[in-house]
Amino acid sequence: MSASPGRIAPKKRPGRRLAAAPTAPSVGATGIDAPSDSIRIRTRGLTKRYDDLVAVDHLDLDIHAGEIFGLLGQNGAGKTTTILMLLGLTEPTSGAARVVGLDPSRGPLQVKRRVGYMPDSVGFYGDLTGRENLRYTARLNRIPAELTETTIDEVLDQVGLTDRADDKTDTYSRGMLQRLGIADALVKDPDVLILDEPTTAIDPLGVTEVLELLRRLVRERGMAVLLSSHLLNQVQSVCDRIGIFASGKLIGQGTMEQLAARFGDGRREVEVGLDLPQGADDRHAREVLRKVPGVESLDDGPRPGDPWTLTVAPGSDPAAVRSAVLAAVAAEGLPLASIRAVLPSLEDVYRRAVARPATAAAARPRPSNEDTPAAEDTPAADARADLDRVPAAAPPPVRVVAPDPVEPVTLPSDPPSPEEKP
Amino acid sequence: MTAVPAQPAPRTRSVPGSGWTVVAAKEFGDHLLSARFFVLVIVLGLAAAIPLYFAAAAIREVASGVTDTQAIFIALFWLAPDVGDQFTLPSVTGFMAYVAPLLGLAFSFDSINGERAQGTLPRLLSQPIHRDDVVNGKFVAGLAVIGLVLVTVVTAIAAFGIIRLGIVPAPAEILRIVLWVLLTFVYVSLWLAFGMLLSVAILRAATSALVGFGAWLLLTFFGGLIVSLIGGIIAPVAGTAEEALRNNGTQEALRRLLPDTLYREASLSLLNPQVTSVSTPATIGSYEQAQQRIPSLLSLDQSFILVWPQVVALVAMTVACFALAYVLFMRQEVRA
Repeated sequence: MSASPGRIAPKKRPGRRLAAAPTAPSVGATGIDAPSDSIRIRTRGLTKRYDDLVAVDHLDLDIHAGEIFGLLGQNGAGKTTTILMLLGLTEPTSGAARVVGLDPSRGPLQVKRRVGYMPDSVGFYGDLTGRENLRYTARLNRIPAELTETTIDEVLDQVGLTDRADDKTDTYSRGMLQRLGIADALVKDPDVLILDEPTTAIDPLGVTEVLELLRRLVRERGMAVLLSSHLLNQVQSVCDRIGIFASGKLIGQGTMEQLAARFGDGRREVEVGLDLPQGADDRHAREVLRKVPGVESLDDGPRPGDPWTLTVAPGSDPAAVRSAVLAAVAAEGLPLASIRAVLPSLEDVYRRAVARPATAAAARPRPSNEDTPAAEDTPAADARADLDRVPAAAPPPVRVVAPDPVEPVTLPSDPPSPEEKP
Repeated sequence: MTAVPAQPAPRTRSVPGSGWTVVAAKEFGDHLLSARFFVLVIVLGLAAAIPLYFAAAAIREVASGVTDTQAIFIALFWLAPDVGDQFTLPSVTGFMAYVAPLLGLAFSFDSINGERAQGTLPRLLSQPIHRDDVVNGKFVAGLAVIGLVLVTVVTAIAAFGIIRLGIVPAPAEILRIVLWVLLTFVYVSLWLAFGMLLSVAILRAATSALVGFGAWLLLTFFGGLIVSLIGGIIAPVAGTAEEALRNNGTQEALRRLLPDTLYREASLSLLNPQVTSVSTPATIGSYEQAQQRIPSLLSLDQSFILVWPQVVALVAMTVACFALAYVLFMRQEVRA
């Protein structure tokens, strides 16, 4: 995937980059039509009800220009419904939304003109080539004929599909279809990009390319990207801010740090790796590290020779502990190989967050977080499989009855069925 | 790239309201390149060619001995030729009545649910077009293809007739043929709209194809039998002559619920100027009157007045089917 600055540059305006810094949302404080230069998507109390099922429940969201917002949630959590409401493809039951300053229910055409959307499990006309499919999109967007071909060439180049552009899309793999889907969303040169599960079928290297492309678009064009996914590691790696969705409610949003502060378990850890020879006596080194002020305990890594994990005592500053460890290591002449602060993974945060509202975890029992030692945390790939295993149809329609996202933690190992709640 | 105004100021570029033309153009192109287009042209052509050949032979036999050559050419279309041993083939119009519905169904049975199955519908609807642009565009594209096929086939028949019979059609005959093509177009549009309704209402293309072809078989082949059965129960043609005629009228009215009947009646009257009535007399008096009528040829406007109700009924059915499809589609969730 090669950069094609020619396409991106003309739209860039000097002011845009200033607005690009993600700012903390001030949810509820401002009205929906409050003037703002940087807000691309804003919803207030957005609600969608299907009979007695609440798909989206009073959603307040602000997405700014120049940021990638990750919408995280299980299948059926309301992500796609939210996106459809933002595009004016579904009428909200109540509440309001503004996309690029316009109301999608009233002016869906203007909104759709400026929002690139790639749906979940995107499809193309199989008997047309990739290029012909994009040409159709360009026509539907009334892109002048003389610009169509250059635009298509550029977006195909951006997603790395130039070689296969003239093959019928019937012959494409799922990953290629997703790349073409991103190209399709970019054809109209949008201000806002909404991607529903954009990378589920793309191979790992391709995912890196796509995520880099997204970052570049955001950086150079000041585009706002709303990305829904259940691939936690991808969301963590590319998103500026993250919103966690469960049963139609946004139970937390913010940067990774903010989410960790809110949903983390308060454990802070420092990982120390020493370059000790295999089988060497490490008791002295353990003793030294354990005695560093502020260190509560020392745990071995999963395998012999792996770095040790120091748990920071409550009330101590992890940065101070790190300095103290460094000083101690230097004083004792230990062969230090690595030292780093361990941040909670998004997976931890996500699990804790969805476990909080009683209804969110009701779909199926999960091991309680409290019983899971940190070392046994499932890798992110497992978490992905975990989410995949819950098909959209499998969980019973969860009625959202928990009004307050910060109510006391209910152990998810004992899932309360929604009917048990008043 | 186009200059889109910076945001969030309201955009100045106007959004054109004719997204359906883009959809229609794409669908029309798809239809023309599709295998089903070729198959249908061949099927329809063959369906017309077989009776055409025998009808032409029959006309050549009589035409040499007839001095009044008026409306001889057009008999090519309505004459049901005898092919030995009292076996009569349906006429060209008869074959059209059987096969033409297929033409309508084939171009619409998967128009909406096919998009759903391919996963292109959400993508299509997220483009700056109105939702009804999709159904409208597809319907218009279907109409265009149907018109193309019909005009092609009928022109071919006429050309064949001119060569084989050596008769050049009179202007009045050409007008009758044009009107008949329009009538056939409406009849096929009805099936196109019906197929569209199925494609909106039924989520799987295979199911909607089955339902559509089932309806075609039922209405065109067995419809007459079923209606006769029902008519025979509620209004048996028996008793006094007066009663029998009245009940026959009732049965006729029932039969006219079938689009097939409407089309046959209307095309026969339009093509054959000798047809002066589409209904059998319902009273003894009118029966006697009909007996005493001097055979004559109706002028075109008279023929047209005769079949006006049939034409209106066909148009109304078409509009009803399309309206139902339209409303259903507008109310459907994007993800269904």
